[in-house]
Amino acid sequence: MVEHRPVGNLLTHVLLMLGVAMVLLPVYVAIIASTQGPGELMRGGLPLLPGGHALENYRLMWQSGLSSSSAPAAGKMLWNSLIMALAITVGKLAISLLSAFAIVYFRFRFRLFFFWLIFITLMLPVEVRIIPTFRVVADLGMLNSFAGLSIPLIASATATFLFRQFFMTVPEEMLEAARVDGAGPMKFFRDILLPLSITNIAALFVIMFIYGWNQYLWPLLITTDPEYYTIVMGIQTMINSEGYVPWHLVMAAVVMATLPPVLVVLFMQRLFVKGLTETEK
Amino acid sequence: MQTKRMTLPGGWLPYALLAPQVIVTLIFFIWPAGQAFYQALLREDPFGLSRTFVGLDNFARLFNDPLYLNSMSVTAVFAIGTTLLSMSMALLMAMAVNRLIRSRHAYTTLLVWPYAVAPAIAGVLWWFIFHPSIGILPYMLDMLGYRWNHRTSGTDAMLLVIFAAAWKQIAYNFLFFLAGLQSIPQSLIEAAAIDGASPFKRFWSIVFPLLAPTTFFLMVVNVVYAMFDTFGVIHATTQGGPAQATNILVYKVYADGFVGMNLGSSAAQSVVLMAIVVALTVVQFRFIERRVNY
Repeated sequence: MVEHRPVGNLLTHVLLMLGVAMVLLPVYVAIIASTQGPGELMRGGLPLLPGGHALENYRLMWQSGLSSSSAPAAGKMLWNSLIMALAITVGKLAISLLSAFAIVYFRFRFRLFFFWLIFITLMLPVEVRIIPTFRVVADLGMLNSFAGLSIPLIASATATFLFRQFFMTVPEEMLEAARVDGAGPMKFFRDILLPLSITNIAALFVIMFIYGWNQYLWPLLITTDPEYYTIVMGIQTMINSEGYVPWHLVMAAVVMATLPPVLVVLFMQRLFVKGLTETEK
Repeated sequence: MQTKRMTLPGGWLPYALLAPQVIVTLIFFIWPAGQAFYQALLREDPFGLSRTFVGLDNFARLFNDPLYLNSMSVTAVFAIGTTLLSMSMALLMAMAVNRLIRSRHAYTTLLVWPYAVAPAIAGVLWWFIFHPSIGILPYMLDMLGYRWNHRTSGTDAMLLVIFAAAWKQIAYNFLFFLAGLQSIPQSLIEAAAIDGASPFKRFWSIVFPLLAPTTFFLMVVNVVYAMFDTFGVIHATTQGGPAQATNILVYKVYADGFVGMNLGSSAAQSVVLMAIVVALTVVQFRFIERRVNY
């Protein structure tokens, strides 16, 4: 700050508080709504303070879900989301680390070709090639399975690039020293490269976990069996049903769906910011 | 492309290391994309019984289809609206936070978490607070004399999806703007202040030009986000309605292919979208190169 302006500072705080209030509003409303009893929302004018039905709403959604929709219990869907998110995250990290290692530390035929092949995936998001991708997964018999939910999403140009950039900054002497000491390629990878990359891995883990957890179109396409519904896509089946929508229960599911990734961001904010600014995508 | 000065002995090992990534890419990216190109040239009946080669006819039909042209302009309005709203809010917040020292971290924490909310969930949250009969915002708007109804009014529906999409993206833009602001040398601003430039003038003649690279970068990222990552916002809320008012391109590909079973048209739409992504990616990468030298 250049000058001392007490009024300016006050205005800054007011502005920021308004901004924060606006950002918090939808979630605040969701939390309030999720604590109301049946029918209380229908009276018009949402209450501004929590009601007394939080425990029963959350317990009902966690254990049995909405009877009026095809979605199973929220507990089950949260579990599915967790498995899918972790499988995507771990898969992306593993195959990106390996391919970045190959591209940086080896010289072999078609290296450039493979590099571009991986690069191209950046340009083909699921959204633009929905139907042919669905067909491939269907032909492979991977509909309604965790393999189908995660494997097609684990190719990642972004993570490969990030690790490539990072490996390029690792001093040459590391490899020389390892080779003088007689370490093979995989030993070098495991005992030197991986420990050095640990912060990058953690930062990407945060970003990829959020990415995996928030998948929507993909589970929508390849799950027809409610056993495999994830929470983010399951919620939509609750509000698109005709007739009465029990919003207090839907909002309980919304809060449960939002909590895990938001907690990850809040508790790992430093890693989250690092991951976000370094992947730039 | 560079490698290390000293490399490891090759043999089959690098191929084995690349294999998982390459196999997944070939099966789930390259092959389906090729299929999209191929199907875009065919006409198939919905049951898959007959297919005829029609050349570029699917594309010709697409660009003569008023619904597709409508979808293009809807996408443009949506992408521009989301980008402008989200970036201007984020810039305002970042400038404010940048003035502060002690409370900077607290405000940052409070502003970044929506990044973690899924677009579909963001859509449901805003759908709920704008719900015509039980939402709180229509209740307030009603007192101002405006009857909000996103089920019947196309404008209301468009505003709703823009709010939801922009809300989620503020966090991302905020972090990049804040980083951009913090990299501006304080001495420049102080020098301008000594020369008597008002805060407003300092912003327009120093801060804003120096922030231009960040702004351009974010514009591309936001347009990509609005065009391709917001499927969930639309599908969970308006489903393209009312009367096609929010039928953005990525939603239309899905609706025409899965619900309408018009495979040739959907494949042609996929090809058009891929062309758009390629163009945007090229812009983005060229731009990142320039940004480094700025």
